[in-house]
Parts: sequence; C-alpha cells; structure tokens
Amino acid sequence: MNNWRSAPRAQPTADAAAHQPDGFELASSRRDSLRRKLVERSVHAVLFLCAVISILTTTGIVITLLGETIQFFGEVPIVDFLTGTRWTPLFASKSFGVLPLVNGTIVVALVAIVVAVPIGLLTAIFLSEFAPARLRSVVKPVLEVLAGIPTVVYGYFALQFVTPILRDIFPQTQIFNVASAGIVMGFMILPMMASISEDSLRAVPSDLRQGAYALGATKFEVVSRVVVPGALSGILAAIILSISRAIGETMIVAIAAGLQPQMGFDLLRSMETMTAYIVQVSLGDTPQGGIEFRTIFAVGTLLFVMTLVMNLLSDLLVRRYREAYE
Amino acid sequence: MSAQATAAVPSPDVWRASQVRRRWSGWLFYGLAVVSTLMGLVMLGALLFDIFTDGARQVDWHFLSNYPSRIADNAGLRSALLGSLWMLAFTAIIAFPLGVGAAIYLEEYAPDNWLTRFIQLNIANLAGVPSIVYGLLGLGLFVRWLALGRVVLAGSMTMALLILPLIIVASREAIRAVPDSLREGSYALGATRWQMVRQTVLPSAAGGILTGTILALARAIGETAPLITIGALTYVAFDPNGPLDIFTVLPIQIFNWVSLPQKEFHSLAAGGIVVLLVVLLTANSLAVYLRYRMQRRLQ
Repeated sequence: MNNWRSAPRAQPTADAAAHQPDGFELASSRRDSLRRKLVERSVHAVLFLCAVISILTTTGIVITLLGETIQFFGEVPIVDFLTGTRWTPLFASKSFGVLPLVNGTIVVALVAIVVAVPIGLLTAIFLSEFAPARLRSVVKPVLEVLAGIPTVVYGYFALQFVTPILRDIFPQTQIFNVASAGIVMGFMILPMMASISEDSLRAVPSDLRQGAYALGATKFEVVSRVVVPGALSGILAAIILSISRAIGETMIVAIAAGLQPQMGFDLLRSMETMTAYIVQVSLGDTPQGGIEFRTIFAVGTLLFVMTLVMNLLSDLLVRRYREAYE
Repeated sequence: MSAQATAAVPSPDVWRASQVRRRWSGWLFYGLAVVSTLMGLVMLGALLFDIFTDGARQVDWHFLSNYPSRIADNAGLRSALLGSLWMLAFTAIIAFPLGVGAAIYLEEYAPDNWLTRFIQLNIANLAGVPSIVYGLLGLGLFVRWLALGRVVLAGSMTMALLILPLIIVASREAIRAVPDSLREGSYALGATRWQMVRQTVLPSAAGGILTGTILALARAIGETAPLITIGALTYVAFDPNGPLDIFTVLPIQIFNWVSLPQKEFHSLAAGGIVVLLVVLLTANSLAVYLRYRMQRRLQ
C-alpha cells in the first residue's frame, strides 16, 4: 500500500514548529495545513451533496407528478376522476373515472396477499421456531432467490405456466386473468413477507417462550399464543409492506392480467391495474402533451400516494415493536 | 397434580382427550409450516424448470448475435444485450460514487440533527417507491426537461436513482461494520477525517460495498417498467453505440416477445429469460464470492 507515503506528511506541523523555527519550513507547513483544511472542507461538501441527492429525488418525483397532475385536474374534475367507474381515456368518448383501475389493482393485490401472507408467515415460523440452524442457512438464501428474479420472468411464468393450469381446472378462465397474475405475484413477495416476519418472531425474547413451556404449553401453543402475538406489530408491518409491493408491481400484471379496465371481483377475468395502464400508454403511440398522456401522471400520483401511506405506516409499526423489547 | 384433584380439574377421560387434541394440533401445525416452506421452494423449482425446458434450446450464438426480427427463426438478442450493457455501465458510473458518497456522509460525517434524520427517512421511503414511478420521474425530468430524449443516458440516470437507496443501505452497513479501533488508530497517527476514511474505513469496507453494488446493479439489469415508461423502444435493429443512442434492453425484448400472440415468439422469450437469468446468476455468485473472501480476510 502506498498510502504510507502520504500519511507521514501530516506530522511536520507540530515537529517543525517545535525544534526548527526555520522560516521556509514554517511557511510550507502552514501552506500544507491550509491545503489539507481545504481538502477536508470540499470533501465534506461533496459527500453532503451525495446524501442530499435523495431529497432531490423525492422532490423531483413530487414536482414531476404534481405538475402534470394539476394540469390534468384543470381539464378533468378531481371528483370525477376519483369516483367515476368508467375508464376510457383512449377511446373516442372519453371517461376519466379511475375506479376500475383501482379495483383491478386491489383485486390483484388481494390475491397476492392471500397467497403470500399465510405461506410467508408459516415459512417464517418454520425457519425461526422449528428449523435447525443448518437447514435454515440453506433454505433462507434459496428462498431469497425468488426475490431476485426479474418481474418480467414472473410474468412469463404466470402466462405460460399458471394460466394453462387454471384453464384446465376452470375452463371459463380468460387467457389474461387476475388469478394467475395474483398467485405468481404472491410468490414474488413471499420472501419479503417471510423475512420481515421472521425478524420480528426472532425479536421476541426467549424468556417468554421458556415461561410458556414451564407452564406446560406445547410448541404449537407457545408459537400461537406467545410468539406470534408478541411479534404481531412486525408481522402487520410485513403485511402492509407486501400490499404496497403488490400494488406497485408492474410487469406481472402487464403481461398476465390483461388490459381491460373493469369493476368487479371475478378472478378468472381480465382486469387492468394502475401500473399496467401506465405501461399500456407508454408503449402505445399516444402523443405526449395531450390529456390522454397526462392520465399516466395522474394515475402515477395516486399510486405514489397509496404506496407512500402504506410504507410510512409499516415503518411506524416496525419502530413500535422495536421499542417494546429493547 | 392428580393427587390434588378438585372439582375444577376435568375427569381423566376429558383430560386425555385434550392431550391427544393438543398433540395432534401440534403435529398438524408443524406439517403446515413444513408444507408452506416447501411451497416456496417447489414454486422456484417449477419456474426454473419451465423456463429452462422452454428456452434452453433457443440459446446459441445465432440467437445472441442476431437482431430481433419479425421472423421468429431469425430473431436474436444482439441489440437488447448491447443496450443492457450500455445502460448498466452508465448506471454504475452514476450510482456507485453517489451511493458510496452518501453512505460515507451518513456514517462518518453527519451530525445527529433533523436534516440527517430527514435524509434517512427519505432514503427508506425511496426504497419503497414503485419502480414505475421512477419511470415517470425519468420521463418528466431527463427525457423531457433535460430534453435528452429516449436514450441510454436517460435510462441510466433513471435506473441510478432507482438503485441508489440499495447501494446506500448496503454501503452504510459495510462502513458500520468497520471497528472503531481502526478509526481511532488512524486518528492517533495524525490523520484528518478524510485521510482516515480513505485509508482505513474504505479499504476495510470495500468488500461489503462492492457486494451491495453488484446486487443493486443486478436489480437494474432485470428492471423493465421504468425503462418502458421513459420510452425505451421495443424493436431496435441496430447497435446502440453510446450514451446518446436510443436503445432497448434485455427484459423489454423479453416482454415484447411474450406479448406477441405467436407461439414461436414465446420460446424466444424463454430463451431471452435463460440468458437474463444466467447473467444475474453470475452477478450474484460474484457478490457471494466477494463477500466470502472479504469475510475471510477480516478474520
């Protein structure tokens, strides 16, 4: 390491002043320390700017979204947008009621949650309460692989693998349907659900478990009446975060759930989500600058607000359970 | 216990029945937990199996070196691969210094005040913003406002902002793991703060920082939605040759093939996915290997 060369230079300041009050040495050391101070200051400033980028990013998101959205609401009343049940901005007779997209988003997210929450929670319980350390150290990273697979791959899997199976079982299933997208999305968010739940299960002190065993409880009773209730706020946080992830997920629904904005809860039919709509417009030849194109910013704003509220809520819950045991 | 039986204690039959029920519910629960854990693993296995059986035979030199085409037999990944490489290179150039800089600031410099806490809260929230919202940001900020157009650089900047929180969080953890004794030793030798950071903290944290960056870049390779939103093309039949060329990337090409109705193109999509997964697997193995080596060196 040639770092050593620059380090000793730091010392002459004190030394030179102590036993060699030579004019030349003094001036050079003073210049040296001035230079160092300048370097320190500018490094500090540059690093601070790097950290501030994050604030600028958020500001950028808010300004970009709001700028277009406000213009959009200049042409479409906000009440019509939020309460209308017909979404046909790309048709000749335009309606801008966003509820069908919200409906599609929520239904897909619900299917994903119904898959991810029980499986994820039980996986977390298995890993934290039952599995021996060595098994855990193998299973956990393998499950993490699920989280690292690109979403476009899940989309392909939903359309090419899960949908045909669904169509064998329920012949009336449409090619693009909510169930297949939701199920696959559930497995995509499973590792996150499992890993946050496991963290909060492990945070429950073992005194509580031992106390329950001492009272004669079985393992199942310890887990279901002591550990899970003790970790409840963390588990809730994991569920909320999973919902937020499901709402913001794009490629699975764009590929497998179809592009038909409609109300209702029929899982075997095609529905369009907010994210899929943004993709649809981005891919099409909708001219930028028109009201049709501005819709994606209005929809994006709604999406941003929904996920932000849920992320803040789960953050609050996580912080609360941390305080409870430490 | 039984010696002190009173009216409140159930009769032996009832007690035995409840014991059996408790034992059975315990086994049932254990079974459910095992089955759930297996379900995740089985799904992963099914996914990989399905994709490799559909796509592996597509992948050959012809597939990697040809441009996309309307005729499935002639179609290839060339422009998408090159686009992904260009996008990735510039994303790394932008995101790495910014992310590590922010991490150093937050761990080594930042005072404990409201601004620091605000920055931290902000980074945590940015990590939860849906990727497609970053796409809208990139479209408004880089494509339109900076008037870059739908080029590699606009995609890279968007992607850099998207993975910045990941790099910052990973780098902060790596920096925090450096023991304070090293910092104090450095100060004792007369180092200034930046000298201490540069010569002591960064070399020790390099493994963790690099691992985190590789994983973040792996995420960028697989992201599709933000690039579609900024307007990256779905059909590119030429080589992108620099940051200001229009482009497509691997996942968008896959998406394009999946969306076509003909079956031949679905096989092409599976082939593209195989290539994408191999790239990601390589990146992840590299990250794991680096982490392992650094851990050994620290010990």
